[in-house]
Amino acid sequence: MPIGGIIFESGNSHGYVTGGWRTFIPVHDREKCISCLRCWILCPDSAVLVVDGKMAGFDYEHCKGCGICARECPKKVQAITMKLDEGS
Amino acid sequence: MHKQVAMTGNDAGAEALKDVNPDVAAVFPITPQTELMHKFTGYVHDGVVDTELIPVESEHSAQSACFGSAAAGARTVTATSSQGLLLMAEICALTASTRLPVVMPVVNRAISAPINIHCDHSDSMFVRDAGWIQLYCEDTQEVYDTVIQAFRIAEHKDVLLPVMVCLDGFIISHTMEGLQIIGPEAAQKFVGEYDPAFSLLDTATPISIGPLHLAEYYFECRRQMIEAMDQARNVIVDVGRQYGELTGRTYGHTESYRLDDAEVAIIALGSTCGTAKVAADRVREKGIKAGVLRLRTFRPFPGQQLAEIVGRVGTVAVMDRSVSYGQQGGPVFHEIRSYTSDGPQMISYVYGLGGRDVFTRDLEGVFEELVRIKQSGDCGEVFRYLGLRE
Repeated sequence: MPIGGIIFESGNSHGYVTGGWRTFIPVHDREKCISCLRCWILCPDSAVLVVDGKMAGFDYEHCKGCGICARECPKKVQAITMKLDEGS
Repeated sequence: MHKQVAMTGNDAGAEALKDVNPDVAAVFPITPQTELMHKFTGYVHDGVVDTELIPVESEHSAQSACFGSAAAGARTVTATSSQGLLLMAEICALTASTRLPVVMPVVNRAISAPINIHCDHSDSMFVRDAGWIQLYCEDTQEVYDTVIQAFRIAEHKDVLLPVMVCLDGFIISHTMEGLQIIGPEAAQKFVGEYDPAFSLLDTATPISIGPLHLAEYYFECRRQMIEAMDQARNVIVDVGRQYGELTGRTYGHTESYRLDDAEVAIIALGSTCGTAKVAADRVREKGIKAGVLRLRTFRPFPGQQLAEIVGRVGTVAVMDRSVSYGQQGGPVFHEIRSYTSDGPQMISYVYGLGGRDVFTRDLEGVFEELVRIKQSGDCGEVFRYLGLRE
């Protein structure tokens, strides 16, 4: 074990799963989404996935269900809704 | 190479820092430490050293700056006293547990309230559990020598703990004495190039410092620190021996003065030992076999070594210049007693709080009292005061 509590791996917080902390879970409607990427910009956990410039879903291992994405998705679009996380 | 000079304890501390030429120094004043760093900042200003100086707004910031600097792989120093040490205490805990080898002269001063600027050991004793190595100096020579050795002790790969070099406020810090200095070339050769165990600036080895540990890991992390302190015992003696090879002045955990055949002894920290040695000489003339055991290393506590000497002498007085309130007597007494068996007669004196002077005649009186105790076989009152007005 490294001394002083120091962590010698870089970026290893990614390996710590925080998805289990959720109460609500965001659900993405691809049909409605316009890929404005506001959700991606504003997610505090960097849990919005973007592929080729398009919003591609959520990293459910690290999404904590805060709901900022759903709130910030433009009202005319409302491609994200928060549902109670039933777990899996 | 070795020059004979006259300096105060603060000057000697500054001189040692100058000769080592550390990478970074955080500076904040407090009586009676102020002149130490003040003198050192003069060296920085004059280009005598290359040290990067960080003048900060409080001691808490001073230790925080040291933490950051040391974490970035720089050889780092600061100095403080009393309330300053208490203010930086929460960060001192971090410096030690993050295993950063900061060196810090502490000019011992009483803690408030009431405000008192004079010498006692309540400040360094307050933080004795912080995880810092604590070494106490008897005179200006020892201040100079110990500051230099402190870097080798702190930076040793088996230790990696910060070191507090304690010197009595005003009594040593402001008193001029003769001493030998070894100069920057010899000092830097002795301490060597700093090779940090880790560094935030080492981009090839990215690290995170000061993360959260839950119950699964904290205990083991602290256990490593305990072991480092234990390993420091040998390192302190080893470095002290090597310093002796260089200068003729060898250091260890204790200094024995006329203890070989002593039947009574005084145990103390710091400058009081100088007074005690004179007192021992005086009562020896009256036929009392007196000796002095000067304790230099308080952390890590050399309990076994002390117990062995106390057992041999048989009748000792332990002088504490601080109090652990709610516990009668002081820390030095209790820590020694936790290592001794029931055999030896040990009494405790609390003395010198707030700079109350202790005179040679007072300590002669202690030796005479110890003789009475030895002859009667009865310690009488174990917990006593010296110099208190009742």
